Amino acid sequence: MSTDIEKFKAGSPMSSTLRMDRMPHIWCPGCGIGSEVNSFAEAVKRSGIDPKKVVVVSGIGCTGRVAGYVNFDSIHTTHGRAIPVATGIKLANPELTVVVFSGEGDLAGIGGNHLIHAARRNMDLVVICNNNFTYGMTGGQLTPTTPGSAMASTTPYGNYEYPFSLPFLMDACGATYIARWTSLHSRNVTQSIEEALLRKGFSFIEIISPCPTLYLRRNRLGDGVDQLQNYQDNSILKHGADTRETAIDYQGKIVVGKFVEKNKPTYLEASDKCSVKLVGDDYQLYGKTIPEREAEEKAEKERIAARRAAMQAEPEEAAAEPKKAAAPKAAVKKAPAKPAAASKTAKKAPAKAKPVKKAAVKAKPAKKAATKAVVKAPAKKAATKATVKKAAPKAAKTKVVAKAVKKAAPKATAKAKAAPKKTRK
Amino acid sequence: MKTKPSGVSGTGGSGGDVCSSERYPGATIVTADPKGVDAGPHFMDGDHAIAEGGLAAGCRFFAGYPITPSTEAAERFAERAPEVGAMFIQMEDELASIAALIGGAWGGQKCMTVTCGPGFSLMTENLGLACMTETPMVIANVQRGGPSTGLPTLTAQQDMMQARYGPHGDNMIIALCPDSPQECFDLTVEAFNLSEYYRVPVIILTDETVGHMHEKVVIPPADQIKILPRNNYSGPKESCRPYKFDSQGGHPMVRAGDGYNFHITGLTHNEKGYPVMTAEQNVKVVTHLMEKINGNADKIIRLEENEIDGADVVVVSYGITSRIAVKAIQDARKEGIKVGSLRLITIWPFCEKRIRKLAPKVKAFVVPEINYGQMVKEVERCAGGVKVISVNHCGGAVHDPDVILAAIRKANQ
Amino acid sequence: MFFNDIKQTRGEVHINATWCKGCAFCVQFCPTNVLEMSPEFNAKGYHPPYVKNPEACTDCKFCQLICPEFSIFVNRVEENNIGETNK
Repeated sequence: MSTDIEKFKAGSPMSSTLRMDRMPHIWCPGCGIGSEVNSFAEAVKRSGIDPKKVVVVSGIGCTGRVAGYVNFDSIHTTHGRAIPVATGIKLANPELTVVVFSGEGDLAGIGGNHLIHAARRNMDLVVICNNNFTYGMTGGQLTPTTPGSAMASTTPYGNYEYPFSLPFLMDACGATYIARWTSLHSRNVTQSIEEALLRKGFSFIEIISPCPTLYLRRNRLGDGVDQLQNYQDNSILKHGADTRETAIDYQGKIVVGKFVEKNKPTYLEASDKCSVKLVGDDYQLYGKTIPEREAEEKAEKERIAARRAAMQAEPEEAAAEPKKAAAPKAAVKKAPAKPAAASKTAKKAPAKAKPVKKAAVKAKPAKKAATKAVVKAPAKKAATKATVKKAAPKAAKTKVVAKAVKKAAPKATAKAKAAPKKTRK
Repeated sequence: MKTKPSGVSGTGGSGGDVCSSERYPGATIVTADPKGVDAGPHFMDGDHAIAEGGLAAGCRFFAGYPITPSTEAAERFAERAPEVGAMFIQMEDELASIAALIGGAWGGQKCMTVTCGPGFSLMTENLGLACMTETPMVIANVQRGGPSTGLPTLTAQQDMMQARYGPHGDNMIIALCPDSPQECFDLTVEAFNLSEYYRVPVIILTDETVGHMHEKVVIPPADQIKILPRNNYSGPKESCRPYKFDSQGGHPMVRAGDGYNFHITGLTHNEKGYPVMTAEQNVKVVTHLMEKINGNADKIIRLEENEIDGADVVVVSYGITSRIAVKAIQDARKEGIKVGSLRLITIWPFCEKRIRKLAPKVKAFVVPEINYGQMVKEVERCAGGVKVISVNHCGGAVHDPDVILAAIRKANQ
Repeated sequence: MFFNDIKQTRGEVHINATWCKGCAFCVQFCPTNVLEMSPEFNAKGYHPPYVKNPEACTDCKFCQLICPEFSIFVNRVEENNIGETNK
């Protein structure tokens, strides 16, 4: 069962913003990165920014491969150094819109020092952080945001470290735009990225996403789609929430929304102001005076506005170009309600309806329905118990899931239940 | 010591114009932008001269981090940046500094930084990225006593091998070694030309003594300073290739924002920049990265020779040690010993051919250097059995000329 | 006038079964349950979705946006204001 790839590529609206010649990509089935790249590509198109002026920098890791798949100027740097490289590009060519697209391990782990300083300086960058709570590329180790008690290959008995809350960290560092979504909220991600692309200053967008192959498997949380279902049930939309209340417990509530949006002079504006005071009005950076640069900027803003207006007023039947007429725009505003509404109807409808939709695939439904029912019940139980007892229900959950899914061999669960005297399983 | 004329436009070292089309085949050569050239004689230390050399060569982006004994260069650049219209940023650490240089280079600017031992160690990973992605930049390493924190305010030449073998994996850089503030200026200009042509990081390996030594520095007027401007690709989009694996220099860079949608990665890649992670592709990439420099060594290497013909003993030295050796060489000549001096201006690639040609004609080589014996190994490798006497030093001071003189006498037996 | 003349739209779904990795995002989160996992396999052994009831598609493009493999897109085929008439 295959499709004519060339015809699909020609028709696909993503072909202008993604390197279709490098697809299919390397990310695993059910991984959230693809959805984010999809939203990012849509956001660049909607923002009206000249695609020639967009530069994507990404570090090392699963999300680090994003630079290779987007059809813009892109640099795939060493682990953790995406932000300083992006700083270099922005300062060397201020008219560019520089986006850093990397994982939480790359940005907040090894690259943490650069993250906090770029935020402190209000460097004019858009930082999109794919937070899947694990170092996926290297086999699922814990990251600075892995929730407590979560399993990882380097915390085989449960993580006992205290994770970062990235919005809180970024707020403390002075970032001027902070938002968090999950990869399910792809419309909101698109809208947030669009806003970030069009504004000046340090924008940080954290996107919680599933890592089915490592984080979800190791913690018996089912597939990517189960985790997205979990996001739908557990995410609380709270624009402007206090970033101190944005910590994420293991499979707990996720506060999403746009938390911070304020204006502060960017690094470049401050540097220009200082230099003008020194050298006078004929101060030039790279041979262009400030009035010249401002004129160029204004001209570019008008071109952007013109492109956005053109997209708005486009007639409905425009062929490949996806419609951005008033309806979907309004839909965007309604969007958070829609998936939630859809899920409400799904929940109201007898649980049987969801798995039935998948009944056609004989192999899948048994597993999906079983894991979902199981995943939902204990998750709620685990979320409420904060104390040591938390380990007990998880062990019980492992036993129940194993029996229903018949995936884990009974021998393994028996061993997990008995306290692991040996260090190696 | 007669102060040397500026070597930028003159025939410094092994003859031939320093910035000529023989040395940079196919490159457009222009005169410097007067905005960055503070022409005239100065009384300046080596660090300041490095910063001035960068500005004269057209460097308009400096990302650095303070570290003794190189901070003065960053301070100078910061002072001069507003009037020259350059961008200076002090990053949070050396890792960020060199990462910003890589971004700056692909953003379209000539970039430089100045650091020292510990900072250079932090920079090595991204130095490897710069070699792999063929990113032009200049890094000045004002060496100080090591290892570790060592002797922060005292001189040494212990990072020679680190410059060459620092980053993991096979890669090749160019390293120059000034012996005076005047040459700090000259070699920084030359370093930018080499880095732009060969699209490789060029390292200026000076040391604390030269860095902090004030001497007369003559900055020639802008029209006498010849530089290679950044050569950005401007052809059709389909045939845009950030790379060309033909073991040659002179390929154009691609600038972000020009609409070529380039992709640059540290992964082994093809000429389009797309990752191709196979052993076969690595043969092409690594061979290109190595031969691009080694294959053109004779166009890159510059040496300064003094009475080498007919010499029994040749003193091979570089940097500040070469100026100390002058005293020992003069004394030895008074004693009737036929001594020649070979000063390495270009440290990497090493002048193998020259040493191999000299070896049969001399009794011995004497290699004084302020380390436990690093470049002497290179000389031994090429000396083909001829005696090589190492005059090593554990760092923190310059040699006592008499120690070198004793070595020359021993070499003469 | 119906919500400043919002029109009822209908879309046509195009699926690239070759790239699909059977993650079922589109099936699970399509608001009008247009898609269904097909029992057939693609070359890599995944079950791609198929359009079960095409007339239900309102061209909201959520499947296009959420698909991590960029393997599904929707074209607008028709737009009418039936909703307005039989209020």
